[in-house]
Amino acid sequence: MKHGRYRFIIGALVPALILHALFVLSPYAQAFYLSLTDWTGVAGNAHFVGWGNYARLGGDALFLDALRNNAVMLVAVPVVTIGIGLFLASMLHLGGRRSLHGVRGAAFYKIVYFFPQLLSLAIVAVLWQFVYNPNNGLLNGTLRGVGLGGLARSWLAEPNLALAAVMTVIVWSSVGFYMVLFSAAMDAIPKELYEAAIIDGAGGWSTFRRITLPLVRDNVRVAFVYLGIAALDGFAIVQIMTVGPGGPDGHTEVIGLSLYRNAFTYGKFGYASAMGVTLFFLTLVIAVFALRGGRATDRVEV
Amino acid sequence: MVHFPSSRVSSTVPASRRAVLSAAVAVAATPVLAGCVTSSGGGNESAGSGAKTADNPLGVPADAGLEVVIFKGGYGDDYAKSAEATYTQKFPKAKVDHKGIQRVGEALQPRFVADTPPDVVDNSGAGRLDLPTLVASGKLADLTELLDAPAYDSPDKKVRDTLLAGVVDDGTFGGKVATLNLTYTVWGMWYSKPLFDKHGWAYPQTWADMLTLCEEIKKAGIAPWTYQGKYPEYINDPMLTMAAKTGGTDLLKSVDNLEPNAWKNAALIGAAEAFAELAGKGYIMAGSEALSHTESQAAWCQGKAALIPCGSWLESEQKGVTPAGFDMVMGTVPSLTTSDKMKVTAIEAASSESFLVPAKAKNKQGGLEYLRILFSKASAKSFAQANSTLPAIAGATEGLSLSPALTSVRDAAEAAGTEAFSYRFRSWYAPLAKAVDDATAELVNKRINAQAWADRVQKAADAVAKDTTVTKYTR
Repeated sequence: MKHGRYRFIIGALVPALILHALFVLSPYAQAFYLSLTDWTGVAGNAHFVGWGNYARLGGDALFLDALRNNAVMLVAVPVVTIGIGLFLASMLHLGGRRSLHGVRGAAFYKIVYFFPQLLSLAIVAVLWQFVYNPNNGLLNGTLRGVGLGGLARSWLAEPNLALAAVMTVIVWSSVGFYMVLFSAAMDAIPKELYEAAIIDGAGGWSTFRRITLPLVRDNVRVAFVYLGIAALDGFAIVQIMTVGPGGPDGHTEVIGLSLYRNAFTYGKFGYASAMGVTLFFLTLVIAVFALRGGRATDRVEV
Repeated sequence: MVHFPSSRVSSTVPASRRAVLSAAVAVAATPVLAGCVTSSGGGNESAGSGAKTADNPLGVPADAGLEVVIFKGGYGDDYAKSAEATYTQKFPKAKVDHKGIQRVGEALQPRFVADTPPDVVDNSGAGRLDLPTLVASGKLADLTELLDAPAYDSPDKKVRDTLLAGVVDDGTFGGKVATLNLTYTVWGMWYSKPLFDKHGWAYPQTWADMLTLCEEIKKAGIAPWTYQGKYPEYINDPMLTMAAKTGGTDLLKSVDNLEPNAWKNAALIGAAEAFAELAGKGYIMAGSEALSHTESQAAWCQGKAALIPCGSWLESEQKGVTPAGFDMVMGTVPSLTTSDKMKVTAIEAASSESFLVPAKAKNKQGGLEYLRILFSKASAKSFAQANSTLPAIAGATEGLSLSPALTSVRDAAEAAGTEAFSYRFRSWYAPLAKAVDDATAELVNKRINAQAWADRVQKAADAVAKDTTVTKYTR
């Protein structure tokens, strides 16, 4: 019944493929086309302008600000998030007094750290806006309360602090998820490996470096891809939380925000599509590099 | 998101993850409509028009349905419904379809692309459609026919003669009247009358007096000024108003017409220097630069700062927060020099809450007639009463008992007479508005000086002037 089986498989796949082509692939393809036009978003016709929209990107100061900020986020957000995620996960597994066990109350911490993941990004941004309020926010309030009033700042309004403040929120909201991801990966590491290491006299740091890290490498790589994509976005947090938004003076501008503003405020859908296509290729390149980069090194098999 | 009270009210509702996604999807999915992008087939079939009579001057087809889309923001949509009731009274066979929504642009954009728009749209609030884009794409009906029709409740006057100064201009794009604005907003400096009386402070007429007053206020332990730092356009208003008073109509024209070096005019640099001084002397409440409009206005209502720049929607926006006996009133922006071209009573004022009739509306005449009813004196009066807002229709507040705030706004509008002005570049060239906002935020945070401010803004204005993809307007 081989024949019938193929018919069944094709019958099962084709509807999904058609939907995928119609609602996923065709919008992509048409965004490419639109990026070569001057479409306003409401006009009945669009004129072909060739590569004009892409040429403009290079002279758009705000877009260049956005590229710079996204680049900074692309480096900082994954490194910090993964660093903290790995630290928390290993403390929950091996941080206890007797190695092989997590710190006391590990299960409780695991749930608490995961909380931010349950909040929508919009709520996270609004809450942190309150935290950062220069006059009665939690952060400055705490600093003043412990006698460090001199460190109190206008976090979101100072050019050299605003982007760091935004990245802190992104890290805060995503670290719980990666902690759980790495925790699960560490659960899969056989305990005997650690026992052997302890017998050999390995300390906490070398156990982590020589056993834990190599064995969760695949998860870390996936985390890099996810966080890289998240760092190239950042739209929701920036749009809600920052001054301007995107300010002060472009210091927290991100590509998504420039795209949104050009499309929906300025009525330049063609130009915005060009930004979208640029972002698409940037994301693609980064994903490829992150996934290929890890492959070159030797794999550790358990 | 500029200069429309309702948009500021609703801007407290942040864009959600979903809005982000839908924005991304919209950008990605717009080409699905590309069939319409290149070939505009289909679209609404017009209901045509009926016979024009004295009772039906716009020739509304009596049995055609009417679809009304209203932005349901700070003003609600009851006022629109009561105008709809009047419409059905007049045309009992017409079925009125009412939609009170938010994010008007996202809801209606596909319908404008497909040429199947509703008959009347209140294009207001955050996420509304960009007007110049609609006009440039020929999507809007010319409202001249409506303006020349007799007013609904005083047939001896034309509709255009019942509107306040500047309202028709506000809706005019490239010689075509594209929208009619229902509310009249006046910008100025707000303060609590009892607070000023208690300390024996008088609201200043000149900038020098303003600085003297600020020193006194500071001595009393109150921050003299605060502003809605998260949205720097708020502090632009008094600054650009002061410049306009110095430079007069010529300045407004040269700025709005994107003339070379318009922003380097002495009047603008003078005003920028004045605000730099205000910031430099520490008269602006610390932390203001990071506060949203709700936060800064709340701080002002709590008496932490004495003065705040805002438009006349402030009273209704602060309804839940204002302590009893606060009695806020609006003062006009002081004069900077003794040789100002406009009097100190001159005000920045503009109409907003834009109503439009799409060119491809099924029942275009019905849409126009609906606006004729909505802009009648009786309808405006009930709007004013319900929302304590000045409507764009003359005499709409006659016989109403007004709050101190609305009284001060109405008095300011009356005292200004014909000297009520507004800059048009904000609605004509959104990218320039953004550049001005960013530069002014830098200025009042002491990161750039007045000269650098002018250079930056001029550069942005030149870029817009040079950009061939932007439709240009002149005044």
